[in-house]
Amino acid sequence: MRIIQAKEITEAVAKLCWEACYYLPEDVVAGFQRAEKTEASPIGKSILQQLLVNANEAKVNHMPYCHDTGMAVVFMEIGQDVHITGGDFMECVQEGVRTGYRDGFLRKSVVGDPLVRVNTDDNTPAVVHTEIVAGDQIKITVLPKGGGSENMSAMKFLLPGEGAEGVKNFVLQTIKEAGGKACPPVVVGVGIGGSFDKVTSLAKHAVLREIGVHHPEPHIAELENELLEAINNTGIGPQGLGGTSTALWVPIETFACHITALPVAVNIQCHAARKKTIEI
Amino acid sequence: MAEHRLTTPLTNDDIKNLKIGDSVLLTGTIYMARDAAHKRMVELLEANQPLPVDLRGDIIFYAGPCPPQPGQIIGPVAPTTAYRMDPYAPAMYEYGVKGTIGKGPRRESVKEACQQYKAVSFAAIGGLSTILSRRITAVELVAYEDLGPEAIRRLEVEDFPLLVAYDSYGQDLYEQEIPKYENYHKNSDKGVVL
Repeated sequence: MRIIQAKEITEAVAKLCWEACYYLPEDVVAGFQRAEKTEASPIGKSILQQLLVNANEAKVNHMPYCHDTGMAVVFMEIGQDVHITGGDFMECVQEGVRTGYRDGFLRKSVVGDPLVRVNTDDNTPAVVHTEIVAGDQIKITVLPKGGGSENMSAMKFLLPGEGAEGVKNFVLQTIKEAGGKACPPVVVGVGIGGSFDKVTSLAKHAVLREIGVHHPEPHIAELENELLEAINNTGIGPQGLGGTSTALWVPIETFACHITALPVAVNIQCHAARKKTIEI
Repeated sequence: MAEHRLTTPLTNDDIKNLKIGDSVLLTGTIYMARDAAHKRMVELLEANQPLPVDLRGDIIFYAGPCPPQPGQIIGPVAPTTAYRMDPYAPAMYEYGVKGTIGKGPRRESVKEACQQYKAVSFAAIGGLSTILSRRITAVELVAYEDLGPEAIRRLEVEDFPLLVAYDSYGQDLYEQEIPKYENYHKNSDKGVVL
């Protein structure tokens, strides 16, 4: 058994929050570079060039790449041989978010009651996903999730017989409805299978996958390619102002499901596709 | 797709000269307001009450900034998604707002309001936050301080880069551009697109 102090978790989460917001992941920057080379629209090309400059400016000056520093979504994979001491687990994660958003000069974008809508002023509570895994480490990932693209996400129960074609149609329909509102070029996280709750979680987890990495199952990898091509043929383009770079990647995650069901979920991630992971 | 250098307030002639796809470098005063501030302002307009700031003839920037780091006057900022302000925008244009700055497509009623009230809806690049914040030279919080990042702020901007997305003639840049690139790769493989 390994003992980890709650304070270590707080410090790790805080650092992940601002690092994720300042330093756009390299796979995303590389995605912009590839898109910039192939983009057919002059407006689209210019937007991609400006996004690359923006990413560099943010990195060099240690500033948020985008002002919407999101609602923090924190994924905690906790080794079963870890014992956390010196504080309450959930509170130490929330304190990390509170500290990270305050000390990192990140925007506080969370309202407490969704109907009364008063800003909590410290960006808590974060959405926290926990999973117990083998080992004696904790893997923490912070995904600062912007509101514009999250708003355009969707889920649906298809009929089982609709199959891959039905999935493609639903994903494309969701992307077309989102258009420029989701801040393209986007990463399109897709979940297929599971239950009502599981399928949206799959789509969210898919967004964390590195751009360029396919699903290990060949038929799913093929569906990822087909969807990427179809999405980039919608014409939506960067910022929805027309072009051939609407999506940078379409990662799909799957899970078993009930004989009656074919759930599918689409979690859209804007071009500020931030994510940062650490293991302690 | 002309290029304009404009100074606020925009005159009726300025507006008349703006066509979709034109780029604008804007200098002068603009006001930052987004969802929560719009809800309050439109409630005041419906009750025939004055707004906390006179926005007639002005431009509204749909945005909420990050807090400034030491030495900065404002943190990173770029437009938020404009369609969320669509339920309020026609009333604001009717009141006398001459332009709005947001990102993404808008509904028909906004297009019609721009035509009816001789106004425009600009697009700036969503998420271009570090670059755009450097075009802001002064910031003053002028109303609804309790809304935090959603408070109304008066900004002085210099060469703030914009595209005309909806002009006063009822034209729509999104509708114009997207079909050009639909099935672009398939068509270019067949030599349809040059």
